[in-house]
Amino acid sequence: MRLLSATLAIAWKDVRLEVRSRDTVVSALIFGLIVVVVFNFGLNRSPGSLAPVAPGLLWVAYGFVGVLAMNRAFARELEQGALDGLLAAPVSRDAVFLGKMFGTLSFMLVIEAVLLPVFAVMLDLPTLSPVLGLIILLATIGFATVGTFFAAIAAQTRSREILLPVLFFPVIVPVIIAAVEATDLVLQGGPMLAVWTRWLPLLVVFDALFLVICPWIFGYVFEG
Amino acid sequence: MSHASAGSSAISAVGLRKDYGDRSVLRGVDVAVAWGQIAVLFGANGAGKTTLLRILAGLSRPDAGESHIAGLRMRRSGGRARTLVGFVGHQTLLYSDLTCRENLAFYAKLYGVDHPQARIESVLEQVALVDRADRRVRTLSHGMQKRLSVARAILHEPAVLLLDEPESGLDTDSVASLGDLLRDWTSSGKTALLTTHSLEIGQAWADSVLTLDRGRLAVETPFGCSADAAPAKSNPSPVHG
Repeated sequence: MRLLSATLAIAWKDVRLEVRSRDTVVSALIFGLIVVVVFNFGLNRSPGSLAPVAPGLLWVAYGFVGVLAMNRAFARELEQGALDGLLAAPVSRDAVFLGKMFGTLSFMLVIEAVLLPVFAVMLDLPTLSPVLGLIILLATIGFATVGTFFAAIAAQTRSREILLPVLFFPVIVPVIIAAVEATDLVLQGGPMLAVWTRWLPLLVVFDALFLVICPWIFGYVFEG
Repeated sequence: MSHASAGSSAISAVGLRKDYGDRSVLRGVDVAVAWGQIAVLFGANGAGKTTLLRILAGLSRPDAGESHIAGLRMRRSGGRARTLVGFVGHQTLLYSDLTCRENLAFYAKLYGVDHPQARIESVLEQVALVDRADRRVRTLSHGMQKRLSVARAILHEPAVLLLDEPESGLDTDSVASLGDLLRDWTSSGKTALLTTHSLEIGQAWADSVLTLDRGRLAVETPFGCSADAAPAKSNPSPVHG
C-alpha cells in the first residue's frame, strides 16, 4: 500500500510539473514531428511505397523521442537536489524508480498517441487497431523501464545527453525488433499468429524481466 | 514521544569510512550525539562534513562502519530510520515549478504525515512563509527557499535534524529565527546536528562541538570546554580553509 501510494505521488508530481512547464512533451513532440517529416522527404518515395519501411521508421522515431523524455526524467530532480529529497524519504527505492518510470511512461504514451496519426497520414497507413495499441503499450513500458534506469545512471554524469542513448539503445534492441516485426504484421495484414505467439510474448517477458531487475539495482545506483 | 527515554544516543556512528576513488574523505569517524542537544560540526572545506551528514541521512553508503539514528541501524532499517531524520542540504531539495504548499504536500505524502494540511500550515507559520504559500518556489528569494527547505525538513517532526550550513543565504533575522526554532526543537528532547563555518553560530547555538579534520574527528567536546582545536567562544571570526 505504501509502495503504491508513494509511486503514485511521485508519478503525479512529475505529471503536474510537466503540465506546468510543458518542456518535455512539447519539445519531444516537435522533435518527433521533425523526424517523421525528415524521413518522409529523405526517403523520397511516394507515401504508399513507404509501407515496407514504415514500422521501422515509426519505432526509430519513438525511440529518439523516448530518449528526449527520459533525459528530462531525472534532470528535473537534479535542478535543486530534489532527488536527495526523494531518497531521504522513508519510501523504498522501488517506489522512487516506479514513480519516475510511470511519469516517463505517461509522457511517452501522450507523445506517441499524437505522433501516430501524423505518421499514418504522411505514410498513408491504417493505424486504428487495438493490437497495434497493445504493441505500442508493451514496447513503451519496456522503453520507459530501461530508459528510466539508464537515465538515473546518466544523470549522475556530465555527459548525460550522450550517455543515455549509448546505454539505452543496445539494451532495448529486442524491444525494437519485436515491436517492428509485430507492427509490420499488423499494418501489412500478415499472419496474426506470429504476433500473439512470438512478438507480444517477447515484449511481455522483456517488460517483466526489467521491471524486476531495474528497481532492484536502482537503490545501489543512488547510494554510491 | 520521548526519544531520550530510548536510552541510546540520538545519533551514533562507529568507524565510518568513505573513499571517492583514491581519496579518503572519512577515515574511521566515530560520532555520538545525545538527545536534546544541538551539536555543531566544524571543519575546513573538504574535511568531510557534508559526506558525514549524507551518510547519517542515509543518502550515501559508507565503505565501512555503521551509523545509527535513535538506535536504528541506518543501512538495515532503511525507511524506519529515515522517518526519524530531517535533512537540510546545500540545495533546497524542492521543485521550482511547484508552489510552497504543493512541495510540502508532496513530501507530507511521502512521509505519511497525519493531518497534512494542518501540519503544512503550522510549518509555514514557523518559517514565516504563510503569505507566500501559493507562490511557485522559483519566484521566492534564495533566503525564502532556504526557509522553505527547513519547513520541508521539520514537516514530519523528525527526532533528528541534520543541517548542512543552514545559515547560508539567510539574513540576520532569519538566522536568529532558525536558532530559536532549533532551540525549541531540542527543548522537546529532539536533536540537531549542523555544520557551519560561523563561530558566532557555534557559540550561540551549540551544546556540543565536533571538529572534523581531514576525514577524522579531531575534537569532540561540550561547548565551552577547553580543547585546542575547538573554536574559542570569544573569537567571532569565521572559520576558513
